[in-house]
Amino acid sequence: MADPQELAVREKKELVGKEEKTVPGRYYMPYTDIHETDDALTVVMEMPGVEKKDVIIALENDVLRVDGQIDFKKYEGMEPVYTEYNVGHYTRSFTLSNKIEQERIEAQLEDGVLTLTLPKTKEAQPRRISIG
Amino acid sequence: MALFPDPFDTASTLQQALDTFRASRWLAPGPSGGGTYPPMNVFRKGDDFIIIAEVPGIKKSDLDVQVKGNTIRLAGTKSVNYTEKASLHRRERLAGRFDRAVTLPIEIDPDGVKAESRDGTLALFLPRAERDKPKSIQVA
Repeated sequence: MADPQELAVREKKELVGKEEKTVPGRYYMPYTDIHETDDALTVVMEMPGVEKKDVIIALENDVLRVDGQIDFKKYEGMEPVYTEYNVGHYTRSFTLSNKIEQERIEAQLEDGVLTLTLPKTKEAQPRRISIG
Repeated sequence: MALFPDPFDTASTLQQALDTFRASRWLAPGPSGGGTYPPMNVFRKGDDFIIIAEVPGIKKSDLDVQVKGNTIRLAGTKSVNYTEKASLHRRERLAGRFDRAVTLPIEIDPDGVKAESRDGTLALFLPRAERDKPKSIQVA
């Protein structure tokens, strides 16, 4: 990597969904990186403040949906005096183009970053054909 | 005064309160200056103050927290690494270095400051210095 850049602050994007939520609280869009290798698709999401037990990952009809809930109980008894960011749940969904082996999906949460490894099915992997 | 009397709407009450205090000049830009990352929220709990910063993807070893007098400095680097072979479809996460210093409008006890990093957030517990605490005076 080149000379490291100075990090800039970005305003969180509030999610405007098609469906409305019945529970109170705002939802934000986690910053996401997606990259692909020959055998897997990797989705990396930033969800600061979300604990392992509060992450829900669902894959249905080729739609991957990730929900990260914030535990607001931690903020009880605390009175804000100065704020630069808002705190809210995270949610985002993606339509997957490749065939994924659902049983082998792996998820890891470390330092507020969720890494999902979605292995491609054998049929979806590129195959090299040698000329005989 | 309890800010969150009903646990059921803690979420929306807190979020509204956070928006309200956005305009507060509590941490006005001072001569200590520096960067603006990471974003911080400041809370009061009793006599003491708590700063919570969002630092997703930054390892504890890459975070440097310094306290000098009433100034707190947060510096470090954030790296985003992927294998060379991977083809990137979407790239929204940013990497880079940061160095931010803030000066608090209260006196803190520098020896009592505690830092805790968990799930991509950094919490700094700042106990107010004894001599800075308000004292009640008996009316004779």
